Amino acid sequence: MKRFAYDFERPLVQLETKLEEMKKLESAEKEDIAADICYLEEQIQKLRMRTYSKLTAWQKVQLARHPNRPKMVDYIEAIFTDFIELHGDRAFKDDSSITGGFARLDDEKVMILGHQKGRNTKENIAWNFGMPNPEGYRKAIRIMRLADKFGLPLITFVDTPGAHPGIGAEERGQAVAIAESIMELSGLKVPVIVSVIGEGGSGGALAIGFGDRIIMLENSYYSVITPEGCASILWDGAVSAERAAEVLGLTADKLLELGIIDTIVKEPLGGAHHAPALVARNLKKEIVSALDELKAAGQESLADKRYEKLRSIGHYAEHLKALTK
Amino acid sequence: MPIGDWFKKEQKDDTQSAAKRAVPDGVWEKCPGCNEALFIKELERNHMVCSKCDYHFPISAQMRIEDLTDHGSFEELWVEMHSEDPLHFIGVKAYTLSLDKAKKTTGLKDAAVCGRALIDGRSVALGVLDFKFIGGSMGAVVGEKITRIIELATEEKVPVITVSSSGGARMQEGMISLMQMAKTSAAVARHSAAGLPYISVLANPTTGGVTASFATLADIIIAEPKALIGFAGPRVIEQTIKQKLPKDFQTAEFNLQHGQIDMIVDRANMKRVISRLIDYIGS
Repeated sequence: MKRFAYDFERPLVQLETKLEEMKKLESAEKEDIAADICYLEEQIQKLRMRTYSKLTAWQKVQLARHPNRPKMVDYIEAIFTDFIELHGDRAFKDDSSITGGFARLDDEKVMILGHQKGRNTKENIAWNFGMPNPEGYRKAIRIMRLADKFGLPLITFVDTPGAHPGIGAEERGQAVAIAESIMELSGLKVPVIVSVIGEGGSGGALAIGFGDRIIMLENSYYSVITPEGCASILWDGAVSAERAAEVLGLTADKLLELGIIDTIVKEPLGGAHHAPALVARNLKKEIVSALDELKAAGQESLADKRYEKLRSIGHYAEHLKALTK
Repeated sequence: MPIGDWFKKEQKDDTQSAAKRAVPDGVWEKCPGCNEALFIKELERNHMVCSKCDYHFPISAQMRIEDLTDHGSFEELWVEMHSEDPLHFIGVKAYTLSLDKAKKTTGLKDAAVCGRALIDGRSVALGVLDFKFIGGSMGAVVGEKITRIIELATEEKVPVITVSSSGGARMQEGMISLMQMAKTSAAVARHSAAGLPYISVLANPTTGGVTASFATLADIIIAEPKALIGFAGPRVIEQTIKQKLPKDFQTAEFNLQHGQIDMIVDRANMKRVISRLIDYIGS
């Protein structure tokens, strides 16, 4: 069976396939190749380190988009219990590229909300590849208001290439739907904890993508524009998305350095899909500890603190540099 | 491509730019909307709007402020604020060079001009984006200045008026730009919660991160005729859905028809309409 692999992973996958074949031979007891297998395993381990320990920004973008990467639906199952999904924007339709509802985080009652990317083609078509239309954001606003009304902490999951670009989306106010979602999020009195689990694509991600804590998985990305979009605008397509990914500063470690996000959750070598249960466990730990901290801080000041946090993001200078020292 | 063709193209561009350069001291300007040659003095008297086809020429922040406010009343704030190129961004050329060039051509430090002003004697806080400065895009400086002008309006209990023409968030400042959408929107929320009015004017073009944040969060949204207004750019939509777009797609008229804006107002009437609105919703 052929495994999905990006170009940079191919040499590794070739070796791994070879190893599988050798193991089959050995188990059929056709040849005594234990020493060879041992050697190959060592080589694979080394190559895996070389392939994944120093990923470029573009390689991380690729892993963030990996078809086998755990999706929100996986994290709902792994982290929460008793999920009750809510539907619809009460105006036009139910946009399933955004999902949300009541859930329990251990004993804590919370509201969850996130972009739904599919685990296969069928789900992806049904969920529009995690690209919401305006009604998706209007559903998000409903869910935020419910969370606020009933005092439930809001836990969001970000995983979208961006808001859906389409005629209907523009007719129904994609821009204002996102803007209103952002505005609603900014003023919630309940704790808001954001986890970027895959793609954080532009305004479509930001609509549910900032809060009191922003956690990012190590190989997820969060960007003002997709690397492809940036490459086509700034370089007229002359330069690859690879170069654009590098200059956009969209990786978790860069965003931590810039003070945009708060925490990074490590992933196993090769990405979250190599050990989904472990990643979910570690992500849950971060969410729980963030929630404990925020609850201890007291609800009254949360919106103010969130405002101050947003207020502090911006690198600019106000005075011209003095000509002489 | 043969060398000769290449040379021809160069030549053509040269004559075009020479024609453009001649415009300021020239007498005529060709309208991009209807190709009519317009008498510049008359065009200026008409607020840079074509008298034949109603095409609204892009205008500088300065010109807009003169158009909208009482003569001499504008008091600009945070004049020296400028970008620090936080990502050390290098595209085709360094971002710092784009900034320098934009500063030279516009005389501004960044794309937003903000300050206190009077409209028919009433105090307002005004923020204007200048499309000539890197497409009016919102990076840290635009985000900060727009946020401050909204906060100032909240504090001084006056209406906010913004005039946008912007391609959206500024790519060259990465996620710092994206977060300005949240920052400005949060400021609007507080201004609105204080019961104060916000009027947003959308000029050609207003798209992306500016339409998806403060510019569409106003109590009243006004557009200039035929302005392009939307979230995603038409090219991106066309590439994604692989269909031809309707003819008037994302124009002000399209947005009015689909319920996205309150009204379309000619540049010549803009001040009067804003003044009448403030009469209703200003304190």
